Amino acid sequence: MDIFLQQIVNGLLLGSIYALVALGYTMVYGILDLLNFAHGDLVMIGAMVALSVVIALGSSLPVAIVLLIATAAAIVVCVALGLAIERVAYRPLRRAPRLAPLITGIGVSILLQYSAALVWGRQYISMPEIIKPEKIVFGGAQITSTQAFIFVLACAIMAALLWFVKSSRMGRAMRATEQNPDVAGLMGVDTTRVIAFTFALGASLGAVAGVMVVLYYGQGHYFMGAMLGLKAFTAAVLGGIGSIPGAMLGGLLLGLIESLAAGYIGDITGGLFGSNYRDVFAFFVLVGVLMLRPAGLMGVPSGDRA
Amino acid sequence: MTTLTQANAARWLKIVALCVILVALPFVIDATLGRTWVRIIDIALLFVMLALGLNIVVGFAGLLDLGYIAFFAVGAYCYALLGSSQFGIHWPFLVVLPLCALVAAVFGVILGAPTLKLRGDYLAIVTLGFGEIIRIFFNNLSRPVNITNGPQGISLIDPLQIAGFSLSKTYTIGGLTFAPVHLYYFVFLACVLLTIFISLRLENSRIGRAWVAIREDELAASAMGINTRNVKLLAFAMGATFGGVAGGLFASFQGFISPESFTLLDSIMVLAMVVLGAILLTALPEALRYLGPLQQQWLGRVVVDPSGLRMLMFGLALVLIMLLRPAGLWPSRTRQRELTVDKADG
Repeated sequence: MDIFLQQIVNGLLLGSIYALVALGYTMVYGILDLLNFAHGDLVMIGAMVALSVVIALGSSLPVAIVLLIATAAAIVVCVALGLAIERVAYRPLRRAPRLAPLITGIGVSILLQYSAALVWGRQYISMPEIIKPEKIVFGGAQITSTQAFIFVLACAIMAALLWFVKSSRMGRAMRATEQNPDVAGLMGVDTTRVIAFTFALGASLGAVAGVMVVLYYGQGHYFMGAMLGLKAFTAAVLGGIGSIPGAMLGGLLLGLIESLAAGYIGDITGGLFGSNYRDVFAFFVLVGVLMLRPAGLMGVPSGDRA
Repeated sequence: MTTLTQANAARWLKIVALCVILVALPFVIDATLGRTWVRIIDIALLFVMLALGLNIVVGFAGLLDLGYIAFFAVGAYCYALLGSSQFGIHWPFLVVLPLCALVAAVFGVILGAPTLKLRGDYLAIVTLGFGEIIRIFFNNLSRPVNITNGPQGISLIDPLQIAGFSLSKTYTIGGLTFAPVHLYYFVFLACVLLTIFISLRLENSRIGRAWVAIREDELAASAMGINTRNVKLLAFAMGATFGGVAGGLFASFQGFISPESFTLLDSIMVLAMVVLGAILLTALPEALRYLGPLQQQWLGRVVVDPSGLRMLMFGLALVLIMLLRPAGLWPSRTRQRELTVDKADG
């Protein structure tokens, strides 16, 4: 039972990070019907920038301030990159066949990965141990204070985002553009700006997620964005792509599924498969959702997408 | 009449010239650039074959497959398991190679079936997922029963061999030295030509037209009486077959395979070859990856990680070509026409 509870806690934690990344996919997909292939790698860049800042500052400043500076730097870099990617790789192809932006996205993804490989090298970069996390125990499950912080922050960000999209002027413009870009344009919404803003918003969420990944795993790597991106996209599809609450739900669920499956597959299959198959589960979830309920849990069914 | 014969003669002359070039190519390159370059060309030919196979899925049927390298992997592992000391099985390649094709085709259908309803980005992501799943399995199927030898891969794979004539030995016939790379070159060339022939015949066949119809408008195609499910599965199976054969040949040529040769990046490479239509332009750098030490030797000190730089250029090329020449470097005539018509409409 303790193990079960521990897996649930781990799953929720991981899931909250997936959810933050999934939001970047779902918002862009909702507005542009475009799978932003480079989003996962943007998260990786955010993580690496944050790592560099933390390594550079070391323990010269209080931990909270170091992390704050690292996060801010990650957000700045990711937003700048996100805007540049949108401008260079996606905007010229807005009326092109759907294959075209997908391929430029793949190209950008490769560019980001190998630029990172050139800048940070190909080895894993470890997080300096500037934080001395305290262990919090509740009901048999153990969680560090860092992890608790990650979870709470992720939930707070998501709540703020929900409010923003629902109530703010820009949020209304985003929803209008999502429903129909042409009509939104006629109503005076500057759709080009809204799309750029969406990319920037997704990128900044991704940057925060990147910092969280670094805090969670304690290391970063130039290739870590690919798998993370795939899982986050799966989470977005699971929740119903285009739906913001859906992405959050999907992320948490996927984290739970992955954590529980990796924890128990060894027992269930009698040791035939171990937790080294954990990356496979996300794909099974993806295929299962697309076959059984292509609109996702909270999405609006539309015959054409899937 | 005379002009017709002349045109015919010119055509035949071209074909003969092409044949001579293709036959002489490995020897000329061997003499001028060195044997490693012949090896690069061999690998490039395999990738040409892969690209042709993927072209059936993506180009003809319009099904965007981002996990195509899985079939290459399946073929390679099929050959490696049945022709190496991993299990002590050494079946002749004339049995194993068709088996590779068959197994890959079965995998094509198995992986294609769940994706039948999907289109576009979703299909791309799901096939990408399948590609990764296959690789993860090959990477982990060393415990509890050792099947694939995990990340270490399988080595000492049998070379192609018919009745004592092995492609791994060097023969001298009439003063010409036939090293293994030359022999493999001709085998691969034959396979590529066969693949091209089959592709061309398929394109204008009933099935080929059905694929194009599905690519253009699936609903209309099914209204015209095309069984879209079967025809799509056939596209997956056909594409996978070529991938499987290429994989088997790859395993025998390298003599060693590991899951590392079958990553997402390789799938993307092959896709880029199909989409950009610049097969040789991308196939050659792809082959360079197998020659990392050589690059270092040429560059002396490794200033910038050469393979990283290569990938950077590759990514940049993908973006630039898509922005500047969306139909690829060398678009087919139909495709060109389609694009101009689209422009006239829009």
